[in-house]
Amino acid sequence: MANDDIFTHTNPDVDVHAMGEVHEHPTWKEYKWVALILTLITVVEVWIYYTPFSKTPLFVPVLLIMSVAKFTIVVMFYMHLKYDHKLFRALFTGPLTIAMATLISLLFLFEKFGGK
Amino acid sequence: MATTAAAPAIPATDSYVGTSGVWSWLTTVDHKRIGTLYLFTSLFFFLVGGIEAGLIRWQLAQPNMHLVSADVYNQLFTMHGTTMIFLGIMPLSAAFFNYIVPLQIGARDVAFPRLNAFSYWVYLFGSLFMNTSWIFGMAPNGGWFGYAPLTTMAYSPGLNIDFWMLGLQILGVSSLAAAFNFITTIINMRAPGMNLMRMPMFTWMAFIVQFLLVLAFPVITIALVFLQFDRFFGTNFYTTTAGADPLLWQHLFWIFGHPEVYILILPAFGLVSEILPTFSRKPIFGYPVMVYSGILIAFLGFGVWAHHMFAVGMGPIADSVFAVTTMLIAIPTGVKIFNWIFTMWGGNLRFTVAMKYAISLVGLFVIGGISGVMHASPPADLQQTDTYFIVAHFHYVLVAGSMMGLSGGIYYYFPKITGRMLSEKVGNWQFWLTFIGVNLTFMPMHWAGLYGMPRRIYRYDAGQGWEIFNLLSTIGAFIQLIAALIGIYNILKSRKSGEVAGNDPWGGGTLEWSMPSPPPEYNFATIPTVTSRYPLWDVKTPGLVADVPHSRHGDERSDIAVGGRHVGSMHDHMSAGTPEGGVNPHAHQASSKVSLKTAEELGIPIPYPTIKPLFVALFMTLMFGSLLLIHENMLKEAITGVILCAATMTAFLYSWLTAPLEPHHA
Amino acid sequence: MATAVATHAHPPTSTGLDHRKIAIWAFIGSECMLFASLISTYLIYKGRSIVGPFPHEACDPPRCATHLNAILNIPVTSQSTFVLLMSSLFMVLALEAVENKGKPGYSGIRGSSKFWLMATAIAGATFLGYQAFEFTSFVHEGLTIRTNLFGSSFFTLTGFHGAHVTAGVLWLLTLFAIDVKRGLGPKDALLVDISALYWHFVDVVWIAIFTLVYLIK
Repeated sequence: MANDDIFTHTNPDVDVHAMGEVHEHPTWKEYKWVALILTLITVVEVWIYYTPFSKTPLFVPVLLIMSVAKFTIVVMFYMHLKYDHKLFRALFTGPLTIAMATLISLLFLFEKFGGK
Repeated sequence: MATTAAAPAIPATDSYVGTSGVWSWLTTVDHKRIGTLYLFTSLFFFLVGGIEAGLIRWQLAQPNMHLVSADVYNQLFTMHGTTMIFLGIMPLSAAFFNYIVPLQIGARDVAFPRLNAFSYWVYLFGSLFMNTSWIFGMAPNGGWFGYAPLTTMAYSPGLNIDFWMLGLQILGVSSLAAAFNFITTIINMRAPGMNLMRMPMFTWMAFIVQFLLVLAFPVITIALVFLQFDRFFGTNFYTTTAGADPLLWQHLFWIFGHPEVYILILPAFGLVSEILPTFSRKPIFGYPVMVYSGILIAFLGFGVWAHHMFAVGMGPIADSVFAVTTMLIAIPTGVKIFNWIFTMWGGNLRFTVAMKYAISLVGLFVIGGISGVMHASPPADLQQTDTYFIVAHFHYVLVAGSMMGLSGGIYYYFPKITGRMLSEKVGNWQFWLTFIGVNLTFMPMHWAGLYGMPRRIYRYDAGQGWEIFNLLSTIGAFIQLIAALIGIYNILKSRKSGEVAGNDPWGGGTLEWSMPSPPPEYNFATIPTVTSRYPLWDVKTPGLVADVPHSRHGDERSDIAVGGRHVGSMHDHMSAGTPEGGVNPHAHQASSKVSLKTAEELGIPIPYPTIKPLFVALFMTLMFGSLLLIHENMLKEAITGVILCAATMTAFLYSWLTAPLEPHHA
Repeated sequence: MATAVATHAHPPTSTGLDHRKIAIWAFIGSECMLFASLISTYLIYKGRSIVGPFPHEACDPPRCATHLNAILNIPVTSQSTFVLLMSSLFMVLALEAVENKGKPGYSGIRGSSKFWLMATAIAGATFLGYQAFEFTSFVHEGLTIRTNLFGSSFFTLTGFHGAHVTAGVLWLLTLFAIDVKRGLGPKDALLVDISALYWHFVDVVWIAIFTLVYLIK
């Protein structure tokens, strides 16, 4: 029924240049998978919270990896950073890097990693 | 060179916005007017900060003076620092960002003109708000860095700190809004052919500073939010009895505070990088390195903050890491010094007042830089920290450095802004008195500090060996004050009767000199096409730029690039030789023959003037100000004030956002 | 917000991109630092509260005056997290509906920007409802913003996030109202895109908060 092959960049009324679309944006076809994967990861995150795995040292790194995955998926697909002009990627990753580095430095400075 | 002495047809103030009068200034969204507002407001607050400094120096001129009490002294040094940094240097830099950047990149205004006006009004109202504290005798008194827990209610119960933290929050909004504006402007509104590596040095430094603002101000915003919540709502962020860490404020503050000092110096560096080439008749030496070093300074600047905390006991690992990063950051800074020297080397030097200020920065900043590297060693810093040795360091970099650079910028760009030259004769008096005054004030502080004089003391006993240094500093301070007054006199006099400037009094190489002084409302009648870093020299004196990379006919780099897609070409915007602007080789002579067209005649839409940004700024300030009532036991009134002001602010904001920026055409 | 850009008298932008899209990404950059500061403080103060309640462990005398349960409710918060995650999907569909309005295959719900904008707003409001419920039950269980370090840092962090969600919901409702009044079509795609970027970012911050505050003990 629905023509799933309609991409935004073929719609002449949308100013794709101004919006910075360099590649075709995803549509419902792809988005439903994105939503599903995000939900799945969330389910796993909550699930392992209730298992004995949550008491092992690997729990935190695994959780962080899953969260980073969700973060990246939302940014790349929902915020379509993957499909847009490179400039936006630069505008985002610079501040994100500084923010992460600052957060991690602060954790070290306040001796949150094992301490001395 | 120029026949600027020949009377041009255009009077100096004619080409501003067609309307005049107070209302036209209150509703302006023109970057040139906004820059002018920033300029004069910042100069006013420099005077305020200077008076505060004068009182400090008078109090310290001799042992055990009784000019002011300890409490007033605390207010004086707090407000001196806060005023000079937030109400003086940053807005003066903003004056140049506003006025000059669009001209340098070949744009007609900034990306968001109304947001630009908003930034100025927030600055003005925030500054006035903070200074009304003097009327109540409750000026901020916790130092410009406001360390908690000292600034918590337990130790600072008065309104002083409330004025400070609310004032800074308000000012932060101004800076952040301006940063989003200029980032967008510089990325998106450059003239054809001006790729990033052809932007003028001042625009590059301005660009880097905007990113520093974007990244640093949110952190102090949060530090201040924690302090506000502690003071107003009884939270525990800085309450040590609840387990809070007394270092939290310090870390958060300096994560902002260190990038802040690069925000203070980079604009001056940018101005020097414009002034030196013009008055050496040579392009800047090592342009790519100058750009990369600026970027590196900004990036590394986020990794050095705890060098302000070497005495708090972070441990040897933290101390060492920050010592190393701090020493590293001296490298890109030092590189700039060498490149400036090599720019002048072999050049055809003209020692105008602007040039003298620029050269002073190059030399005197090195003194401040050397003491800075000395602080970078934690063991040495344990001796130096909290003494006048540190005061000497930062005044060298900020006054002998930043302020000198900005003063040079005033002399360099005053002709462009007002159409008239500042008197070189008066300027030389100002310059030499400043030079002597600055060195006399701050050089002795190195000795006072090493002989043990602590910071922030309101008086000292005789017999400790500090008297001579303090006396010399005070004399120097008053020489600086005289120099400043001479400068003000020069500005006021030259606006009316200075020599008429013409388009390009100095023989500059960048786009701002291709237009009348002051430029018409719309800046460029036709957006010029840029063929190198010095587009004016390309046309007027090509010999000067033989070694600078250029486009040739058909060169891809002169086209407008959009992610590799061709969008326009230099030929679409060819304007060399146009009498009304663009890159005009005869501009400096042509002014008597040019009749400036109006924006309507040229078909250029001009944004509508509007009072809305001012009102949004005003009600935002009042909203923050209402919170003061909480400490006057008027919680209901505070809440009412906040809600009413927020609602009014939102209403004006909605009206602003739904109003068109400028007239449409069919 | 309905202004068309007067293009003919304006030179093309250096990048071909709209100013507002560049500005929103710069704004999002600043928000990274804002939330990083809030999250850092939460993590720094984790485990350092002198008195309870605590996030993940119960507290009994003598440490606490009375028995205090662990305060965080993972099952409930998992639901609100899921709702917020779904709201991002709805937002994406709203943008798609605006961009493809009137095109074949976009009739009915799929092409109804009003439906998806309202769905996003409702999901956002539902999330806020969960937050309100959570905050009030915490207060009933003895945790206020003043109680201890955990209370101060938790309520400030999640409160700031909630304030951002609230602003987003109001923004979405404004877009909905414009859609009702004059309709949103492909020429408005940029405006909806910008609000979508803001909305997704707010979701992404919650992803970080949910893990760092709720799931890590």
